[in-house]
Amino acid sequence: MTDPHPHKAPTRRQILTRIGTLAGSAALYQAMTTMGHAQGTDFTAPPVLSGAKRGTRVLVLGAGLAGMLSAYELRKAGYAVQVLEFQGRSGGRNISLRGGDTVTELGGAVQKVGFASGNYINPGPWRIPYHHQGLLHYCREFGVELEPFVELNHNSWLHSSTAFDGKPVRYREFSSDFTGFTAELLGKAIDQHRLDDVMGADERAHLRTAMEQWGGLDPDLAYRKGDTSSLRRGYTRPQGGGIEGAPIPSDPFARKDVLRSGLWTWMAFHERLEMQTTMFQPVGGMDMIGRGFNRQVHDLITLNCKVTSIRQDDHGVRVMYNDMNHGGVVRQAQADYCVCTIPLSILSQLDVQVSAPLKAAIMAVPYASSVKMGMEFRRRFWEEDDQIYGGISYTDQPISQIAYPSHGYFSRGPAVLLGGYMFGPAAFDFAGMTPQARLEQALAQGEVLHPGTYRKEFSNGVSLAWSRVPWALGCCSMWSEQARKTHYKTLCTMDNRIVLAGEHASYVGCWQEGAILSALDAVTQLHKRAQGAS
Amino acid sequence: MRRIVLLSTLLALPLLAPPGTAHADSASAFEGAVQPMTTGEDVYHHVCQSCHMPDGKGAMGAGAQFPALAGNAKLQASAYPIYVIMNGYGGMPWFSEMLTDQQIANVVAYIRTHFGNNYTDPVTPTEVTPQRPAIPPKEIY
Repeated sequence: MTDPHPHKAPTRRQILTRIGTLAGSAALYQAMTTMGHAQGTDFTAPPVLSGAKRGTRVLVLGAGLAGMLSAYELRKAGYAVQVLEFQGRSGGRNISLRGGDTVTELGGAVQKVGFASGNYINPGPWRIPYHHQGLLHYCREFGVELEPFVELNHNSWLHSSTAFDGKPVRYREFSSDFTGFTAELLGKAIDQHRLDDVMGADERAHLRTAMEQWGGLDPDLAYRKGDTSSLRRGYTRPQGGGIEGAPIPSDPFARKDVLRSGLWTWMAFHERLEMQTTMFQPVGGMDMIGRGFNRQVHDLITLNCKVTSIRQDDHGVRVMYNDMNHGGVVRQAQADYCVCTIPLSILSQLDVQVSAPLKAAIMAVPYASSVKMGMEFRRRFWEEDDQIYGGISYTDQPISQIAYPSHGYFSRGPAVLLGGYMFGPAAFDFAGMTPQARLEQALAQGEVLHPGTYRKEFSNGVSLAWSRVPWALGCCSMWSEQARKTHYKTLCTMDNRIVLAGEHASYVGCWQEGAILSALDAVTQLHKRAQGAS
Repeated sequence: MRRIVLLSTLLALPLLAPPGTAHADSASAFEGAVQPMTTGEDVYHHVCQSCHMPDGKGAMGAGAQFPALAGNAKLQASAYPIYVIMNGYGGMPWFSEMLTDQQIANVVAYIRTHFGNNYTDPVTPTEVTPQRPAIPPKEIY
């Protein structure tokens, strides 16, 4: 007979709730960490702000993710919030481009996006690590549907102009061979007693077994042509069915070519915490997140306001702006406090009344240049011809990579891929070109990875050079070690009535999570300051 | 022919150039190949004009700008542009890593004699080298 009231072990959630109730959130965090949660960024839960003094006004500058989240949390806490945004849209750098959109860049070049209906490119942020729990929390809260973003694809291409005769090789072939040869060398070192003075017999035995398994080695610890290696790197003639089904193993590359190619850097890239699986993207485009945030606070936002000065005194904050909805007429907005999320590349040039140290901090953070190319092709040749479903091919050419869409697999008709994503010298170079020249370069370089099809199947494309985006003047903040030491805390600390927020005020720079975590810290500071003033 | 700095760097300094020195969301573990930039005009073309524009007139953004180099009196003394290129200024990044002293001298000479500027005194690396910061800025997270 079964017990109708079985004694159930408490669930993890129940235990955490009890610890949280009894010992407060610090203990909860400690416990969560011990139990294996709360890795990655330091988000645990949104701040619980309440009891704002009635009628206390907060002015938020910028309707990107940091600004909209600040507005959302502050209104929830009871503040009267107003948001001013420069653009005719909210979302900031959270943006997707679709057919019919127009991109006008500094210098005057205008691009009309020609993508087919339903297609898009995310020219800003495009992937979300699983541990960016702050952003993921609000995606969930605001009903933004997410799907997997394929970061690592074993069947994608790796290309070096100076290795393997300049021909791309498959990630799986390269990584199998790199791992195999490395394991083989380590195995040999053990068998030739080269590691005897480094580790004991037991450990050597374990390592030897590990190398055999990890490296895909034969029992004699050799990495060589055969079933073991081909079951990783692939067969020359794949496994089939029926009479002629027997596969033919493939030849590994020459070890010296593998080592000198430099392509192992891409294996290491995927091991970075930020690039590890599982990654996510919003269904339908990254701007679904911006739209989700906008649904919460759209009634607070005034678009097309060009802020020119931010001043404060003992009584409040005054912001002057040009109302571009009305011919640029000068207007003034007043509030008790201000959350300013304007990128430092812009803010450093505005008339801002803050302490000298904060002014210096605002001046101390340059913005990186970055360019992204969205290119539409008549068909998914990367899937149909190459069996590449999502993921990224890498090259040492300036475009740096081609990233295939992580959605719409197997569909017919035109599809959009990321035809280049550059930082550093290549980004400066591409940003300085006309949009047409950028596309031409991207086609020529992409053709090396997909010879015979890339140019042939190309339909149309758009590029976004972030340094030429009027409201960003760059992609995202670049912190030097010295600047972090000297200016970071000042930048993040509320200056009388003004507090800054955005990815630049975080250690998760260039990621949306940085904007989220920074905004949460800013509104917490603001609330504390306002409570103290009451 | 395109000079591929990237791979030679990786081969020479495999332990000094690990992935992770690039931007957080840059899918690049390293920066892409650099164009050859022997003349000041090359440097201007491949680097500077991305912001200061091909005509050197800069551009006006959201209440902020890329300043014009055309007719810019601040270029009168070469030390000033050398300093700014080396260290950055506000939103402008430092270029001490990307450009050699010779390249900086070349591009400073170029902008001082183009776009309506006519400061013809020569600029040499010997004026650039002393301005190289003792601890050059390096990006970290």
